[in-house]
Amino acid sequence: MSDNGGRAHSNDERPATLIAELTYRCVLRCPYCSNPTDCGDARYRRELETEEWVRVFHEARRLGVLQLGLTGGEPLLRRDIVELAAGARAAGLYSTLVTAATPLPRERLIELRDAGLDHVQVSIQDATPEESDRIGGTPGAFPKKIEAARTAKELGFPLTLNFVLHRHNLDRLGGMLALAEELDADRVELANTQYYGWGLHNRDALMPTREQVERSRDVFEDARLRLGSRMDLLYVIPDYFEEFPKPCMGGWGRRAIVMAPNGDAMPCQAAASIPDLTFPNVRDHSLDWIWWESETFNRFRGFEWMQEPCRSCARRDLDYGGCRCQALLLTGDARATDPVCSLSPLHDIVVQARENPELRPLVPLEYRSMKGTALSR
Amino acid sequence: MTAPAAFPDSARPRLARGIRLQWDDVRSQSMLLFPEGALELNETAAKVLELCDGERTVADVVGILEARYPGADVGPDVKELLGRLEERRFVTRDGRPPAKERP
Repeated sequence: MSDNGGRAHSNDERPATLIAELTYRCVLRCPYCSNPTDCGDARYRRELETEEWVRVFHEARRLGVLQLGLTGGEPLLRRDIVELAAGARAAGLYSTLVTAATPLPRERLIELRDAGLDHVQVSIQDATPEESDRIGGTPGAFPKKIEAARTAKELGFPLTLNFVLHRHNLDRLGGMLALAEELDADRVELANTQYYGWGLHNRDALMPTREQVERSRDVFEDARLRLGSRMDLLYVIPDYFEEFPKPCMGGWGRRAIVMAPNGDAMPCQAAASIPDLTFPNVRDHSLDWIWWESETFNRFRGFEWMQEPCRSCARRDLDYGGCRCQALLLTGDARATDPVCSLSPLHDIVVQARENPELRPLVPLEYRSMKGTALSR
Repeated sequence: MTAPAAFPDSARPRLARGIRLQWDDVRSQSMLLFPEGALELNETAAKVLELCDGERTVADVVGILEARYPGADVGPDVKELLGRLEERRFVTRDGRPPAKERP
């Protein structure tokens, strides 16, 4: 372990989570996909081999990581997914398969369970088959997801359902909660779209109205009272409607490592949108060096990099200035205060984007693709 | 939400499915791992949970701990701990899981 100038690393400086984006290939085409807009780029096709991922899992555990997300794209498109689940268990990580479950056959779930996978998270795009398949851009996906969710429960996995929320489905939040109840989910994540990458590109089509947001809060509160003792319910409103920004990723280089399919290590899933950052790769560096020493992971640690109003703000320990990627995407400066913050001098950018979307012409959704031609920016 | 009745001596507590008790040698700390999270356990809590295998009753667990630490009255603490963990759905009181759930 590197010694950081003779000082031992304290436990709260260690990462707790590794988000392993095993591949950017996917069966769905959601218009808010969290993968980079150039996810079809040749560099991401040079995916880490099985043994490289397993080495990373062991390095992550030695660094302090406890939670591993096996995600994508669609992680089931990796033919070695069962081996990777076994590698995660051998390394001592608690692993979650983050999947669209389209399809996820019973035999595969049994193999994954026997390999030591701990937890299954299934994404569903809406409460009804027609709408879910429309947003995912994949006809026929919905019944397969439901089948996989039921099988996962039956095989003894804890089950999380994940719904991404936006203008097109927020009014069916009650239906999503009813579906979660019917499937006896252990956890439900109801998270509004984050506006980076694909989501930002489709922002005008996805931004809910204030009335929708208000109504959805009431629906959620009712459900929490009814279901809260049986399942963990997590609801995230769009940060554009918040007064203060979120502590993105629990702070830059504080809690999590995201790894792209080719082994690029990033402090968050949207970090590839910051143009002057270079991402250290696990094919060239140890994860230990990447976490403690690399310029990229150190760039927005602590408070030195901050500008006003963050620098002297009492909330800087709570939100770390918000999201660096959002600051960059909306203000052009990754060091700026996240403009979601009502104290930001540029907060009006966010206000303009969220006001009266119902008055704007309805813009069509642009589906995610790996061609990347429409989004060359 | 009403609090569930306290653990009776005859209950057979165990970790709920998907919950793992693990020694973290990086942090030198027992951890309870669960979907998307981890809880640091103190030494006593870890010792209690190690004994909760779905076969031993609460009375068995208390008996083992009292034999290990003569003179200690651990019963109320054990039940309080199990109650708190049950509230978060980390522990169940219904004994051995069906065979298909076993690792």
